[in-house]
Amino acid sequence: MSDERTLDLLETKIGELRQLNSIDGIDLSGEIDKLEAKLEALRRELYSSLSDWERVKIARNPKRPYALDYIDAMFTGFYELHGDRLFGDDRALLAGLAQFNGRTVMLVAQQKGRTTEENQERFFGMTRPQGYRKAIRAMRMAERFGFPVITLIDTPGAYPGVESEAANIGGAIAESLLTMSQLRTPIISVIIGEGGSGGALAIGLADRVLMLENAVYSVITPEGAAAILWKEKGKSAEAAAALNLTAEHLSDLGLIDAIIAEPLGGAHKDFDQTTQALKQSLVSFLDELEALTMDELLDARFDRYRSIGSYQELGTSRVAILEENPPQVEPDISKISAEDGSKKPSADAPVE
Amino acid sequence: MSIFKDKQYLRVNVDSAPDDSLWMKCKSCGELVFKRRVRENNNICPSCGEYFFLTVKERIDMLVDEGTFDNISKSIEASDPLHFVDRKSYQDRIAQAQGITGLPDALVVGRARIDGMPVILGVMDFRFIGGSMGSVMGEQICHGMETAVGDHCPFILVSSSGGARLQEGLFSLMQMAKTTTVRARLAEAGLPFISIMTYPTSGGVQASIASLGDIIIAERGAMIGFAGRRVIQFTIAQELPDNYQTDEFAFEHGAIDRVVQRAHMREELSSLLGFFVGAA
Repeated sequence: MSDERTLDLLETKIGELRQLNSIDGIDLSGEIDKLEAKLEALRRELYSSLSDWERVKIARNPKRPYALDYIDAMFTGFYELHGDRLFGDDRALLAGLAQFNGRTVMLVAQQKGRTTEENQERFFGMTRPQGYRKAIRAMRMAERFGFPVITLIDTPGAYPGVESEAANIGGAIAESLLTMSQLRTPIISVIIGEGGSGGALAIGLADRVLMLENAVYSVITPEGAAAILWKEKGKSAEAAAALNLTAEHLSDLGLIDAIIAEPLGGAHKDFDQTTQALKQSLVSFLDELEALTMDELLDARFDRYRSIGSYQELGTSRVAILEENPPQVEPDISKISAEDGSKKPSADAPVE
Repeated sequence: MSIFKDKQYLRVNVDSAPDDSLWMKCKSCGELVFKRRVRENNNICPSCGEYFFLTVKERIDMLVDEGTFDNISKSIEASDPLHFVDRKSYQDRIAQAQGITGLPDALVVGRARIDGMPVILGVMDFRFIGGSMGSVMGEQICHGMETAVGDHCPFILVSSSGGARLQEGLFSLMQMAKTTTVRARLAEAGLPFISIMTYPTSGGVQASIASLGDIIIAERGAMIGFAGRRVIQFTIAQELPDNYQTDEFAFEHGAIDRVVQRAHMREELSSLLGFFVGAA
C-alpha cells in the first residue's frame, strides 16, 4: 500500500495549486484538471484490485471513520448511557439513545481512539467484560421500550488481559449472545471497520448484518492465524486470503445481508457518501423488520442462526464409526508434551 | 550487569523410558509409571496426580451406566467451505484427525443413563484438531439439545476445546451464535443444562455454550479462559499469575460453581441430577 502515499501526496499538491489559483492573475485550472484526472486514474488502478490483506489495512486505517463519527453524522441527540451497574464503565463500548429517521433507537457501538491518549481511554477498541455487560443492560432496556437496537462493530477483539479474565470475559460474551438471541426487538449490526472474532460477534447476533465494503470480519486476525497455523509471522497476507474475511467473500458465503459501498479509497475519502448509503440501507432494513410481528421476528432470527453451518453427509468409507473402531486406549500424554518446554501446551494452539 | 552471560546448557534428552509398552514416563513429574495403573487411575498420573486427556469413549464409560450410551450423533462431517489450506490442507487435517480418533469430528453426542436417570451427553475430544468447534460440532451440540427437549431430559456437555475452528473462518465463529440460540430452547422447556469444563475450555467454546450452563462444573486440572496465554503475551505482554486460567482461578473469581475430581464426577452428576428428576 505504499502507493497510497503517492496518492495522498498528489492530493496535497492539487490542494496547493488550488490555493495558488485563487491568487489574482494566475490561471492553473488546466494543470489542476490534468492532475485530478491522473489522481482519479491512479486511484482506480490501486483500489480496483485490492488484496484481502490490503483491505485489512484499510479496515484498520486510523483515518477511517469510527463509531462516533457515524453516530454524529447519522443520528441525532445521542444520549450516552454509562456503566454496567455491576463494576464499571467501558469506554471502548458505547451505549445510548438516539433519534433515527423518526424513531428512538438504542445504539451499542465499539469505539477506537486515534491519539495515544484516546487509545488509552478506549483500550484500542478492545471491549472488556463491563462493556459487554453495559451492552446487555442497554439492549434489555431497548426491549422494554420497544426501541430497535443498532450495533456498530469495530474492534480488534475483546480485551484479553488478566482483569478481563478475572471478570469472566468469556461468560460476558456468552451472556450477550444469549441476550441478543432472545431480545424482543429488531437488531441490526453494522461492521464498520474491524470485526474481531468473539469480541465482535458478542454484539453482532442480529436480524440483519451489514458490512461496509472495506470492513473485515474474522474468527481470528490474519496475524494470529499466521502464527498458529503457518507458524510464521510473515504469512499474514496468505492467512487473510484464506480466512475469507472481506465483505464480498462473506456475502458470497451468505453470512451477511448487505454490503455498503464505500467511495474509492475508503469511507474516509467521502464520508457523506458513505453515511448516505448506510443510512438508506438502515432505513429500509428497519422498515422491513418493523413490519414483522414480534414472533415472526424471533422465529426468523432463530432460523437464521440455527441453520448457519457448512457440513456434508459422512462418507462412511472414510470414517470408522466410534463403535467399530474404538479410539486408542493408550493414555494420551500429549497434554504435557509441550514443544516450548512449558508444562502444558497453550490451549489456543490450533484454534481461537 | 554481569559481564558473563548466563551459561546456556545444551538440553539433552535423557528420556530413559525402557522401550516397553507397559511403562510410560509422565512428562509432568518425570516418573516412570505403569500404564495399567494410569488407566485404572482414570488417566491420572499415580505419582504426581497430573490429569491426562481422556478419549471420548473413556470419558463416556467413566460417566454413564454401563452399556447405556446410544450414539445419536448426526452422520455428518466437515465440508471445507473455504477450501482452506495453510501448511496443510484442512481436508488432510480432518482425515488425519479422523484416523487418530476414529471419530467423524471433535464431538460425540448420545442418549445415556446416569444411575438410571436419562440424559443427553455430549463429549468433546481434544485430539481432534484441538477439540475445535466448527460447523459439525455446532450442529451436533444443537442436535443434542433438541433431542433433550424432545426426550424431556437434562443436557450435559463435557468441553475440551481450544475454541473455534480457524479453518472454517466465520462459519466457526457463527457456531457460538448458533449453539447459544438453541440453548435458550432448553431453558424454555425447563430442562437443566450441566456444563463440565475440562482441560482446556477456552476461546469460542468458553465464550458461548460452555459458559451458559445452569450449573458449571470444572474438572480438577481444567484450564478455563477466553484468550490463551500466548495471545495475551503477544497482544499486551502482561505478567500472568501462576494460577492464571486454572480451575482454581475460575473458581476464585466466581466463573464456575464447583471443582470436582475426575474420579468423583459421576457421583457428582448423579446427585446433581437428583435435584431435577421429577422437575424434568
